[in-house]
Amino acid sequence: MNAPAIPMTFKCRAHDAVHDAQLRRNFRGAMDFLMAKRAAQFPDGDELERLRSFGNAVRARALSKLPELLERLETNLTRNGVKVHWAETVDEANAIVHDIVRAHEARQVIKGKSMVSEEMEMNHYLEGHGVDCLESDMGEFIVQLGNEKPSHIIMPAIHLNAGQVASLFHDKLEVDYTEDVDRLIQIGRETLRRKFYEADIGVSGVNFAVAETGSLLLVENEGNGRMSTTVPPVHIAVTGIEKVVENLRDVVPLLSLLTRSATGQPITTYVNVISGPRKAEELDGPQEVHLVLLDNGRSQAFADSELRQTLNCIRCGACMNHCPVYTRIGGHAYGTVYPGPIGKIITPHMLGLEATKDLPSASSLCGACGEVCPVKIPIPAILRRLREENVRAPDDEPRHMRGQGSKYSRAEGLAWKGWRLLNTSPRLYRLFNLAATRLSALTPPKLGPWTEHHSAPKAAPRSLHELAREHLGED
Amino acid sequence: MSAKERILAKLGRSLAGTTPIADDYDQALVTTPWTYAPEQRIPRLRELLEAVHGETHLTTTDGWPARVVDALSARGIDELLISPDTPHGQQFAAHIAAIGKSVRLKSYDRPVEAWKDELFFGTPASLTGTLGGISATGSLILWPTTAEPRLMSLVPPLHIALLKASEVYDNLYSVLQAQSWAEGLPTNALLVSGPSKTADIQQTLAYGAHGPKELIVLILEDA
Repeated sequence: MNAPAIPMTFKCRAHDAVHDAQLRRNFRGAMDFLMAKRAAQFPDGDELERLRSFGNAVRARALSKLPELLERLETNLTRNGVKVHWAETVDEANAIVHDIVRAHEARQVIKGKSMVSEEMEMNHYLEGHGVDCLESDMGEFIVQLGNEKPSHIIMPAIHLNAGQVASLFHDKLEVDYTEDVDRLIQIGRETLRRKFYEADIGVSGVNFAVAETGSLLLVENEGNGRMSTTVPPVHIAVTGIEKVVENLRDVVPLLSLLTRSATGQPITTYVNVISGPRKAEELDGPQEVHLVLLDNGRSQAFADSELRQTLNCIRCGACMNHCPVYTRIGGHAYGTVYPGPIGKIITPHMLGLEATKDLPSASSLCGACGEVCPVKIPIPAILRRLREENVRAPDDEPRHMRGQGSKYSRAEGLAWKGWRLLNTSPRLYRLFNLAATRLSALTPPKLGPWTEHHSAPKAAPRSLHELAREHLGED
Repeated sequence: MSAKERILAKLGRSLAGTTPIADDYDQALVTTPWTYAPEQRIPRLRELLEAVHGETHLTTTDGWPARVVDALSARGIDELLISPDTPHGQQFAAHIAAIGKSVRLKSYDRPVEAWKDELFFGTPASLTGTLGGISATGSLILWPTTAEPRLMSLVPPLHIALLKASEVYDNLYSVLQAQSWAEGLPTNALLVSGPSKTADIQQTLAYGAHGPKELIVLILEDA
């Protein structure tokens, strides 16, 4: 899919997605599968609730001393021989990566899965500088081959079925058409093994950065994460500043919550703990390890104690798997790196509310995301909060968000003030009721977007209050 | 100001007047549900490993080399990457010499750069030790060393791992404590729970993604 010539709004994309029967089937099947897998991993509801509270406490504790932990992390990583870089923006982060690439005259970069590198659009950036940047996670590889973006943070190619992948491989890799998934994976394996072998630099994300030991912990099933962080002579890890935890033991509950919530596994095939580059006597591993710590709007969320909880996220994807909106429109409709409920509450900090103003309202507030979140982020409450920030007057102080008031309208503000007056003054309310019931014939037949899919509301001839009074014999 | 100073200043300002949350780590929550009777530890570990296509065998300190030979010949493999600097590597080399079987032994005795091509495209199987196992999740613990480097358990399509029964722990928390991980980690520490896999195409599980296609765990019951 190439970038559309005219930027489509969220509503256009969602409209198209909802009418794409194949996409709907692919997502429905995938979400049902992931929800069932997760549920099977948490047979004991009490254990789950206690563990979620524990996960929340571990994350909240880390955030409550974040500056100190980041400094401790840097000190310990530096002691271990890892070079730490800091970036406020994605441009700064890309420039840091590019400097490392240039210093090594690297031509080929192989990437393990990293959502932060998606935030940075690192592939695009490096390609613009003549550097090949190849995805090695099977899902990411498929998505890159199709010139698409990931549609899910854990399963990037979830919007495609085996037949679609078969066609893609047949067209792009010039292999015989096969829908046999084992064969397709072997084709991917053979193609990418050569690339691991050749790559000058490996890039990865980080699941948990441990301040206590100066370690980067990565979870994965495929082995591409281990390949990317072990085979090339240079490893660059990129991560958000919120990913740090205080102690190694803090990883224990988070790891259990992460793998069980994400893919319904007791553990992933590999848990990879990296604490430095190759030592003099060692025979493999990168000679250099770098960590890029990226802010990109996270410090804005951090500044407000309610919004800060957004940064508890351990990127399991359970919120999207359980979201009725995500299931129906898929990941691409959001138009953002992080789709689904977590995307709706983190992206406004990255891009500002102007560019993301439709996201907080793209929710039925059913609460499923908040109920399954393994670290208890109150996503529905934060969505409501962002809706407020969207409609606060742009110059209202204190200001919490870039793009505050992006949906602000004086007329709407006045209408709600009138509504409040009406509902807090009994006399006015009665008068309004009388007018609405007796003059119901005058109700306009079209009421904006509402009447696109619903009939216009019409008041009953007599209000419930009137009927109740009559019933009780009052006047 | 550097990016680091600006980020830390912003975060610091946001925390002004707050106190850090105390560490009330509840270890019972991550141990009690994951504690097993000694006789259950190995059955559980095997069950979980086999559920993800790991192959497990109960054997002994003297019997395992024959199991390795069987596994290789069943697959038509005639060479194996071992470390001559470990007791198990030496034991296997002696076993091969004694039975006169033609298994070619290779050792990872030089930096990867010196033989990357052969490692990647001409090494079908490897044998490594482990630092133990974890019953709760069906995992092996590996701390790669100079004798058994990181890629030894990753690149060859078949990985055979030795696990001493006495080193099977209940859960990850007990491993971190018993092996004092926080006091000093190696360059790379790993938990390995099966052969490499992916469900990235239509949620269909396929084994042999980028790492080993097969994992055989030989459990030494008398060790």
